[in-house]
Amino acid sequence: MATTDVGWIDAGTRPRPLVDRLQDWVTTVDHKRLGILYVGYGLLFLVIGGIEATILRLQLVRPHNGFVSPQVFNQMFTMHGTTMIFFVAMPLVFGFANYLVPLMIGARDMAFPRLNAFSFWLTAFSGLFLYFSFVGGFGLYGAGTAPDVGWFAYAPLTSKTFSPGHSTDYWTLALLVSGFGSIGTAINIIATIASMRCPGMTLGKMPLLVWLNLVMASLVILAVSPLTAAQIMLLVDRYLGGHFFDTQAGGSAVLWMHFFWVFGHPEVYVLVLPAFAFASEIIPVFSRKAMFGYPVMVAATVAIGFISMSVWAHHMFTVGMTSAGNTFFVLTTMAIAVPTGIKIFNWLATMWGGKIYFKAPMLFCIAFLFQFLIAGLTGVMMSSAPFDWQLGNSYFVVAHFHYVIVGGILFCIFAAFYYWYPKVTGRMYSEALAKLHFWLFVIGFHLTFDSMHVPGLLGMPRRIYTYEPGRGWDTWNFLTTVGVVFQAAGVLAFVFNLVRSYVRGRPAGNDPWDAWTLEWSTTSPPPEYNYATVPVVKSRRPLWDLKHPEDPDWKYE
Amino acid sequence: MSPTSIFAPLSTPAESIFELSILVLAIAAAIFLVVAALLVYSVVKFRRKRNDDGREPAQVYGSLQVELAWTITPVIIVLVLFLASARVVFAVQDAPRTKDSLEVTVVGHQFWWEYRYPGLKVVTANELHVPVGTRTFLNLLSADTDHSFWVPRLAGKTDLIPNHPNGTWIEPRETGLYLGQCAQYCGTQHAKMLLRVYVDSREDFDRWARQQAAAARDDGRVAGGRRVFEQTACINCHTVSGTAANGRFGPDLTHLMSRGTLGAGVVSNTPENLRAWIRRPDDFKPGSLMPPMGLSESQLDAVTAYLSTLQ
Amino acid sequence: MSTASANPDWVLPDRGRVGMFSLFASESAIFVIFIVAYLFYAGKSVSGPTASVLHLPVLLTVCLLSSSWTIHRAVAALRRGEVGSFARSWVATIVLGAVFLGGTALEWRHLIRDEGLTIRTNLFGTTYYSLVGLHAFHVTVGLIALATVALLTAGGHVKREHAARVDLLGLYWHFVDVVWIAVFLVVYVVGR
Repeated sequence: MATTDVGWIDAGTRPRPLVDRLQDWVTTVDHKRLGILYVGYGLLFLVIGGIEATILRLQLVRPHNGFVSPQVFNQMFTMHGTTMIFFVAMPLVFGFANYLVPLMIGARDMAFPRLNAFSFWLTAFSGLFLYFSFVGGFGLYGAGTAPDVGWFAYAPLTSKTFSPGHSTDYWTLALLVSGFGSIGTAINIIATIASMRCPGMTLGKMPLLVWLNLVMASLVILAVSPLTAAQIMLLVDRYLGGHFFDTQAGGSAVLWMHFFWVFGHPEVYVLVLPAFAFASEIIPVFSRKAMFGYPVMVAATVAIGFISMSVWAHHMFTVGMTSAGNTFFVLTTMAIAVPTGIKIFNWLATMWGGKIYFKAPMLFCIAFLFQFLIAGLTGVMMSSAPFDWQLGNSYFVVAHFHYVIVGGILFCIFAAFYYWYPKVTGRMYSEALAKLHFWLFVIGFHLTFDSMHVPGLLGMPRRIYTYEPGRGWDTWNFLTTVGVVFQAAGVLAFVFNLVRSYVRGRPAGNDPWDAWTLEWSTTSPPPEYNYATVPVVKSRRPLWDLKHPEDPDWKYE
Repeated sequence: MSPTSIFAPLSTPAESIFELSILVLAIAAAIFLVVAALLVYSVVKFRRKRNDDGREPAQVYGSLQVELAWTITPVIIVLVLFLASARVVFAVQDAPRTKDSLEVTVVGHQFWWEYRYPGLKVVTANELHVPVGTRTFLNLLSADTDHSFWVPRLAGKTDLIPNHPNGTWIEPRETGLYLGQCAQYCGTQHAKMLLRVYVDSREDFDRWARQQAAAARDDGRVAGGRRVFEQTACINCHTVSGTAANGRFGPDLTHLMSRGTLGAGVVSNTPENLRAWIRRPDDFKPGSLMPPMGLSESQLDAVTAYLSTLQ
Repeated sequence: MSTASANPDWVLPDRGRVGMFSLFASESAIFVIFIVAYLFYAGKSVSGPTASVLHLPVLLTVCLLSSSWTIHRAVAALRRGEVGSFARSWVATIVLGAVFLGGTALEWRHLIRDEGLTIRTNLFGTTYYSLVGLHAFHVTVGLIALATVALLTAGGHVKREHAARVDLLGLYWHFVDVVWIAVFLVVYVVGR
């Protein structure tokens, strides 16, 4: 293959006009292009969500600050949360799944390419629709009616009585539409994995990434649907005079909470399982050892999937469930810590006795392990309901879930970016810039999110646009804000690296990491059809078998 | 020391939580130290050395014994934590009334707190008084959206949800002023729905309750101000017992001057602040549901003078 | 590496069926939430009509469930290549489905005009119309899809090789019927 031309078509042809190439992208049904579209979309909104966070932190840098009004602040935290979950994390997760799953199972595309495209554009449209709320519509607060009801939009704050105007409707409709996109992609992932694995790849021989995405897709099917139902009910309340959550007509605010969290909790596993997937592919390669305990990892994943559907009301320990009800959710929540911990131990065991290469993907994974351990432990603290009666709805919770989502999930996503960048673009990224990104971001992350735990322990609730001095919160809020600078700088280094390396990176070749899964057997970037001949596999690491014919994996599996 | 630290409990439920939290923190810290140490050790010991020969290390696919070990240990830890937590859940949530326990109905509003003492015929707002050493049961209701009652040194938080009565209790050991604030996002001014709980000696509490139960002071010198109050829309939202004002949308003002703050803890209760608040509440609490009443300067003076007599 | 054709034993489930069953899982989850809301609010309406105003829709249920049988026959006929028999059974399915929808509309007209029950009347009205309406919506979508296939059949475009795809549509229709059984039990049996 030619090494100078990194266009998307075979070498030797002249590049086509820009308009034609853009049309290719808009009309594509190729899983790799859709994957890139999803990931690019997620990155763009990561920056936007980060700006919203910066506004929040600037307002909270000191007590009684006047950087933004309470109305704007409330819109900012609502939009920040909604954006990060639905238009950053989900697209990134679906993007990587789209790109990698067919390649890693030796398939040529996803099961339903047109549904794939449709799902992407639904998501893309709904994000733009949500952001239109900043400029369109009318409402209580004058220009701009971005949602201001919090990302979980509790009733009855979302009723027409307390949210006249359209801010809540933007939230509801944007997520309703993107929910359909998510379900479509999930159906696609499941059908692809079930029906399009290459010969020899039994379920027990799929890469862990594929397993984790299978369970993730199943969770999307089971979890996003209840949110869809609840949102339809909210629309019925707001526009057809219904009373699902109308407390003044006998409706129940707690019912919304149950429906939302039946979605909301599995949703975080939707986000974290793909992060585990990246770690499970990267750690073995950069430790030069097979994954320790593959069957147990699969079993733990499935267990997490099942248990995650039964823990939701640990978000509701303070709403007045019975003591028996609370106790049940304490048990299930603590139970899910067991398979999760098992995974951490298995990753450690994979590194143990290996030869660790400290390239950017591995650096981010090591930080992930450390940070996810802490995040899990603060989660265990809150699973103890009485402790949660103090910690819940405070900055301790905010610190905990950012520790999981940023310290755990985003770090794994960064790792995945660096690991698969050569495959997607055909170029190597700059290792120096990547390490700069890593250290800046680690420093910023810990400055912000370690500090953030303390105000929670000292009584600071969440979602407040300002706070009283003299409660011991001031210094910690200040430190939390300072960390933003380092994280922003890190992300800048990251984006700069991605762009610059695309233009100037040295050619990567098929397999720069000496890795073992199928995607490394084809060119970088892969041709549109992925594989000239459909691969046949005998073990979990087909390329290890090829490179070590004297000692193949299938002898030991 | 922070007046709202969860680690400085001075009331029975907060203390039960604190004791449990020590156990939970200890276990979490131990797990962290062990696993983090293993992580650091493996990163250091198994890093690729400079003089590496390029051969792949021994491939180890798994070990049943090891998997069992690190499954069973966490299960045991989970059981211990679960039982310890369950015990406190039942002890706190199902705590019984005592002979001399007090009942207070708390109604959450956007963005203030209403307190009713049914046994004592007291209705007040924003500043809760309770006697020391007594169990006070708070029956939590809401007039509009969700709120949450959180005074960390007294108890864990419990939500106030419309159409879903809840309850919590406190049993403070020491007199003093305890701070907190609403802990469930309830709208624009959620941040300034502050809580002030005064734990009084038994005698002080009884005296306070008697004073609160009395009708409003009728001072003839501020009749002009009282007229302004009664002829403007004030009476639609506020109650001053013994007068024509019986609105329930806003706080009861019968004994406004007995409170240390205005606007649910937003500013101290001085004549200047009171006048400025009435003039334009949005100056202190933008988005609060009290509109500016459009009073003239002399009307403001008169009304302020009147309200200042409501001890 | 050897090619896939050298591995005739490698048989995986049909992706259309996997996709359709995944869709059923998602739809089931949505219906479960509406059913939970219905049961939660059963008997809790403060005023207004209650579930006692409902009449058991026996005829409509028979029609809808029979349409599952006719669509099964249709797909079997198409598998055998009997397009004419397929068309007849297919149209019968559509007719039965349309009768079901029409009957539902009549029932709703009666409830609104004679019993004063609308979606905003009380908790029962909200949950009843939402749940039954959500199902009726799925019947409508199904009928549109069935009608599209009927049109294509009339144009002579549907042949034996399309049986697998048509069967997927048949699966959807069976699913809609199964959901009706659940809705029927919840609303007209348990809830009354």
